[in-house]
Amino acid sequence: MTAQGLRLEKISKTFGDFKALDGVDMTVPQGTVHAILGENGAGKTTLMNILYGLYQPDGGRILIDGVPQRITSPRRAMELGIGMIHQHLMLVETLTVVENVVLGLLGQGMRLSLAEHARKLEALAKSFGFDIDPHQEVWKLPMGMRQRVEILKVLYRDANLIILDEPTSVLAPSEVEGFLEGLRRLRAAGKTIIFISHKLDEVAAVADRVTVLRRGAVSADLAVAGTPPSEMARMMVGRDVVLTTLEKVPSKSDEVLVRIRDLKARDNRGNQALKGVSFDIRAGEILGVAGVDGNGQAELAEALTGLRQAEDGTVELSGEDVSAASVYERRHRLGISFVPEDRHGTGLVLDLPVYQNAMIRDFREAPFSSGPMLRTASARKVAEDWVNRYDVRLQSVEQPIRFLSGGNQQKLIFAREVECRPRLLVIMQPCKGLDVGAIEAVHRTVLAERERGTAILYISTELEHILSVCDRVAVMCAGRITGIISPEEATSERIGALIGGLEEEKVA
Amino acid sequence: MLRAIQGIYMLRPVWAVLLSLLVGAGLIAIAGVNPGEAYAALFGGAFLDYYGLASTLAKMSPILLAGLAVIIPLRVGLLNIGAEGQIYMGGLFSSMAALLLPEMSPFVLVPLCVLAGAVGGGLWGLIPGYLKAYRGINEVIITILLNFIAINLVSYVAGGPMMQEGAPYPYSEEIREGLWLPYIMPQTDAHLGVVVGIALCVVAWFVFRFTTVGFGLGMIGKNPAAATYSGIRVRRNLVAVMFVAGAIGGLAGTFEVLGLKHRLYHLFSPGYGFDGIVVAFLAQLSPLMAPVAAFFLSGLKVGGLIMQRAVGLESTVVEAIQGLVIIFVAASLAFRFDRGNWRRFLERRRLLDTGLAGGITNNSGGKS
Repeated sequence: MTAQGLRLEKISKTFGDFKALDGVDMTVPQGTVHAILGENGAGKTTLMNILYGLYQPDGGRILIDGVPQRITSPRRAMELGIGMIHQHLMLVETLTVVENVVLGLLGQGMRLSLAEHARKLEALAKSFGFDIDPHQEVWKLPMGMRQRVEILKVLYRDANLIILDEPTSVLAPSEVEGFLEGLRRLRAAGKTIIFISHKLDEVAAVADRVTVLRRGAVSADLAVAGTPPSEMARMMVGRDVVLTTLEKVPSKSDEVLVRIRDLKARDNRGNQALKGVSFDIRAGEILGVAGVDGNGQAELAEALTGLRQAEDGTVELSGEDVSAASVYERRHRLGISFVPEDRHGTGLVLDLPVYQNAMIRDFREAPFSSGPMLRTASARKVAEDWVNRYDVRLQSVEQPIRFLSGGNQQKLIFAREVECRPRLLVIMQPCKGLDVGAIEAVHRTVLAERERGTAILYISTELEHILSVCDRVAVMCAGRITGIISPEEATSERIGALIGGLEEEKVA
Repeated sequence: MLRAIQGIYMLRPVWAVLLSLLVGAGLIAIAGVNPGEAYAALFGGAFLDYYGLASTLAKMSPILLAGLAVIIPLRVGLLNIGAEGQIYMGGLFSSMAALLLPEMSPFVLVPLCVLAGAVGGGLWGLIPGYLKAYRGINEVIITILLNFIAINLVSYVAGGPMMQEGAPYPYSEEIREGLWLPYIMPQTDAHLGVVVGIALCVVAWFVFRFTTVGFGLGMIGKNPAAATYSGIRVRRNLVAVMFVAGAIGGLAGTFEVLGLKHRLYHLFSPGYGFDGIVVAFLAQLSPLMAPVAAFFLSGLKVGGLIMQRAVGLESTVVEAIQGLVIIFVAASLAFRFDRGNWRRFLERRRLLDTGLAGGITNNSGGKS
């Protein structure tokens, strides 16, 4: 029990009724690299936030070098030698490397000697084999270097235990090997590293041990050496996927409605988020897109709907190349509908009444307007009709939509995006934050659309939903589609491997 | 009951104005004047006297148009601090058209001058609009800076190339009478500008309320991401809105020149563009309320001068009262009507009343 390093005993945390963590045990000896694997919502981030003092556990204890500690705040965590590097880097881009490192450093007097800090920082960087110019401004550095600045920041604060949250998600593929090499050097210097990931090859390449979390509990704790990645994949997805396939009539048509070829796009930070994606969707087919959040799904949806400029590749709708079409053209002439992930930020105008939110998509067309004039009365009537048919619970269509529950807001969005009879319906995380009843309503609507012959792209991180609703499932990892399979052949091992970025051949 | 409370909330600028006048009365009293007399002079002079009312309407023309030049972009999410500069550019362009274009029928030339003024102001709005939409540069800073450029440009032109020979002061030749705007009250300065301003307010209200264009613009103001999602070309609309706002600001300057001053003076606007911001907030961004707010603010300015002469008050006291109005109105806008809160409050009251009526004796233990 006096072992050097970190030990977690029976850590639990509940949010409301939701058990985010349930009796998690974990031991990380000093000087090792420990990976934490898991899907979205498995509790990885919650666990790390507890370690870093952002949350307090409801039960269990944390031992550091054998001594029980209460980590009440990030500052306390730093005092204990714990440093955390968030997925999205927290750097001031206009400042230099050394300025970023010194920012917020404790125990400084009134005078700040940047030159001295720069000297010490350079020596520190050298000792870990990081080659970095402390006077370089951060915005001039590539992502991989910026991440090293973050690591230097915590090393400069004498961190012994470094937590990295999805560290490779911001890196270009060429930078990943350098990053893994950096981890090995840190380990050689006696630092302890916990890194959160869902990418199996990285875990296999660098970690000593891996803890697999599933629904807030440890589903496996094993040495990486001697464990095949496919075994880890199975552990990550866990359940032998239960198929609760909903009643579906077979697709009537073989017509390929949507043809995507080699689609590429960058995210808002300028990283290549979509690295060449190709697939077809037939009329009356639901293609699911599974994968951990942030692997290019949002960029895919936006590139299809025109909200994001594609860098390269083609989008064809019934044989017509629509890659250059504007959002307006796509929505109106081409009949592309979109249920966005962010209901409040994108899908609705919260301050507007319900009936005006019903007309957001088609307010320039009948029955919402004629010529330049709005037809408020008829818009109200349409909204009332939708409210009845889609079972939206509200007091009046004049109510600001802000006051409706998430499920009812989503029902209205679906009514709006479906009642215009689209040819392609793109749905992103439609069930986020909804209760069981609302989820069922959403899936009924989606299936009805399928029957009508719409091509549907259903993007979600909820595997169960995707497997029960979709005809085929494409799995995305790091901006690529790692495989397209049918729900019937989706074993947990296969899906886990695809989510983890192992291409099909490697598993087989 | 809930409706009545909501009505009280909607009128909060009125309460704020009354409150500021009350505090202003204190200031007047400190200055050694009877507040009743002073206010009687102020409001009687500004609104009830024929010539006073005419002065108020003449002042209202630029203030109202500037107010509209602030309201329209603000409803789309842009803060136009540049109405002042747009007024100057409007004045510059229209007076150049009036003085430099060849002789022709006023029926052609007056519209041309007005158009020139609108385009001049419009260009001054287009610049910040473009920079905001396509370069992401803060429109507040750009509009403020463009104000200085426009003011100094007019000073240069009025004191240099276009200055009347032998003038004691930088101003241009007089514009010939045929090009003056018609007066709406005989023997006074009240010109047609205020009527055009009110008409434009009604048009703006109509557009925002009843047309698809207005609906789209409102959506940009309330949630730009949703507007993009619905297929609105947000950038293009931002530029267009700033052009229109600038053009309306330009009209304010145009009418000031063609209707009132009949020359291009340097420094011809004493900050009407900034009064426009006050009007926008007083009117709570409603184009229909803007004439009321502008009428009140103009009256305050005109009446202030009359009050000063009538009861011998320092002009600083009048300015202080104007400042108080602005502060109180701005503060009043922080109070938001929360239907839920008030409903719960009224419900509690009702329960208490029925409880009291039903006799506390039966229920002396109390429920909570």
